[in-house]
Amino acid sequence: MGGTMIIDGRKVKYTNQKNILSVIRDAGIDLPTFCYHSELSIYGACRMCTVETSTGKIIATCSEVPRDGMEIYTNSPRIRKYRKMILELLLSNHDRDCTVCERTGKCQLQKLAKRYGINRIRFNQLIEEQEVDNSSPSIIRNPNKCIKCGDCVMVCDEIQGVGALGFTHRGTEVQIKPAFNKKLSETNCVNCGQCRIVCPTAAITIRNETQKVWDAIYDKNTRVIAQIAPAVRVALGEEFGMKPGEVTIGKIASILRKIGVDEVYDTALSADLTVMEESNEFLERFSNNENLPLFTSCCPAWVKFAENKYPELIKNISTCKSPQQMFGAVAREYYNKKDKEDGQKTFIVSIMPCTAKKAEAARPEFTHDGVREVDVVLTTQELAIMIKEIGINFQDVEEESLDMPFGIASGAGIIFGTTGGVTEAVLRRLLKDKFGKDDCEIIFNSVRGLDAVKEASVEVDGKVINIAVVHGLKDADSLIKQIKKGEKHYDLVEVMACKGGCIAGGGQPVPRIITKETRALRAAGLYNIDKTKLIKSSDENYIIKNIYEDILKDNNHILHVK
Amino acid sequence: MFKVDFKEKVDAIILRHNSDKKKIIGIIQEVQKEYNYLPEEVLVYIADTLDMSHSKIYGIATFYENFSLEPKGKNIIKICDGTACHVRDSIPILKAIYKELNLNDKKNTTDDMMFTVETVSCLGACGLAPVITINDEVYPKVTPESVVEILKRIRMEEAV
Repeated sequence: MGGTMIIDGRKVKYTNQKNILSVIRDAGIDLPTFCYHSELSIYGACRMCTVETSTGKIIATCSEVPRDGMEIYTNSPRIRKYRKMILELLLSNHDRDCTVCERTGKCQLQKLAKRYGINRIRFNQLIEEQEVDNSSPSIIRNPNKCIKCGDCVMVCDEIQGVGALGFTHRGTEVQIKPAFNKKLSETNCVNCGQCRIVCPTAAITIRNETQKVWDAIYDKNTRVIAQIAPAVRVALGEEFGMKPGEVTIGKIASILRKIGVDEVYDTALSADLTVMEESNEFLERFSNNENLPLFTSCCPAWVKFAENKYPELIKNISTCKSPQQMFGAVAREYYNKKDKEDGQKTFIVSIMPCTAKKAEAARPEFTHDGVREVDVVLTTQELAIMIKEIGINFQDVEEESLDMPFGIASGAGIIFGTTGGVTEAVLRRLLKDKFGKDDCEIIFNSVRGLDAVKEASVEVDGKVINIAVVHGLKDADSLIKQIKKGEKHYDLVEVMACKGGCIAGGGQPVPRIITKETRALRAAGLYNIDKTKLIKSSDENYIIKNIYEDILKDNNHILHVK
Repeated sequence: MFKVDFKEKVDAIILRHNSDKKKIIGIIQEVQKEYNYLPEEVLVYIADTLDMSHSKIYGIATFYENFSLEPKGKNIIKICDGTACHVRDSIPILKAIYKELNLNDKKNTTDDMMFTVETVSCLGACGLAPVITINDEVYPKVTPESVVEILKRIRMEEAV
């Protein structure tokens, strides 16, 4: 299906676009929207995308299909008037303390108000101040900034299948909040932060913990060490004008040292540790045929989702701690000795693409005698805030390497940051020596990419291992239902809560338009790093051997939850 | 806390609607009929049984004026404040009822759970304005004085 539309007097061909809005945007006109995301269902709430037709009708282009010969105007006098009016009305109900707002400069409402020259609001500000919900360890919800576009509700329900937030009441009384006036921490929220990615204003923001890190840095008796998750290095650059997928690990190392972090390490290394532990665990369960399928445990939002909805599956989830917590556990073991020698206190910061990691680090099982395995989790976004604060010119920063002993990771550890990565990393270890290079490539390709569910079967020692890879909790939920009904049989299931995996986590920079393309570019960034690595498989990483022999000795149990 | 053991009754209601999510409004209506309001525990139970989110069922329950998340009194008074009743002075009637029952626009159920007062936009009986209903019985052309008499009479009947 295709045809020609006349947009602002110009003939524009369209092919298979699902709505007029896409046709207009593809024609190079940036029609404004608040509530439209191509991956969510069309809701038509904000009315910013309206245009005038040649018959004088006003239509919302997000929810109309293109028709051959249709003539529309995107900037007619009436449309301009309506658009400004909508913005004025939204602003009249909005907490307009932009100068002290976390989102200032990146707020869609602010941006459009500026773009349409709103310099006066004719209506009285009628908002009754509502309580800010800061109960969650990961995100802050400020209803005073909410424009009721509903994006958070859609993503939470349609992509994540969680539904922690919903619309309540009706008409002018509509609010967006958890059921029964509960606080977020009392709901089934899994802390994935996808709501914060789609929120056009500061109604949902990341809990900013940068001050805790500054305090530790300024304390002379504290040694601050940082671990950097794989996905951070392919997205941070976007905050400084770089393209998604551009690798910035060298700059991050250099900048963190400038900020005052004493040692900079790689979470991809502890991902290698996870591969070792998890593949051992898998082989053991597989040969005993117990508690299969084994579900991966790296993603804390997924673990929380399973605890909420499928408590009976907890025994199937790997007992391995996530790479973040494995790093914390090993680093504590290593630095406890050092702390005693030099009288310093070690403060462990992790830099993660993920808001749920904040909640994970705060879980009681990761605190021992009052000391957390990881003291503070900063998201990619918060690291960007710190970098901007110290005024370093990101582009000009020279690259440096990471510190030892925790600074070298295999390619397998690096690709943990994208969907399919954990599985591929485990397979690289399991299939080693058993398959030729080409066969491996074929198997690995089947778990890569952004398809909702990816499957692979491999034969090891005469037995077939069936594997599934799923990302996005709604799709994970459907898969679990199929498994429970006996429609699907797997031995190993990798689950990442966010679509695309950690690269598209809730703590990452917000892309201007959230599409598959951003995710694909960030994932490609990780696979590019993998290509340059001489060590491809976790068991070839000699640091891992050192960790087992010199640090863990016989204490491998600290890498697992009981 | 809603202490009644509701599972058996609610399961029966859900089954009557073929455990179909699409019939959620009918299910909630029957629950409200049974308990006079929508207890949180029951809504949560229905949501979990039908595999829908708590926020979705809460959204539905708060969308419709007819659903109540608070327990209602034994006698439900509806005061029409539609155009016809409004111009015929329905507000002084509302005020008289509030005063008599010690209620206000925030608190609309008496402590003894005897009365709940609701305003409605039109009862469809404009010829009888100003009109109120008590437990679906229509009281036409009321005055602030006559409603107080009606309330007193109900109280006396309840006391017997």
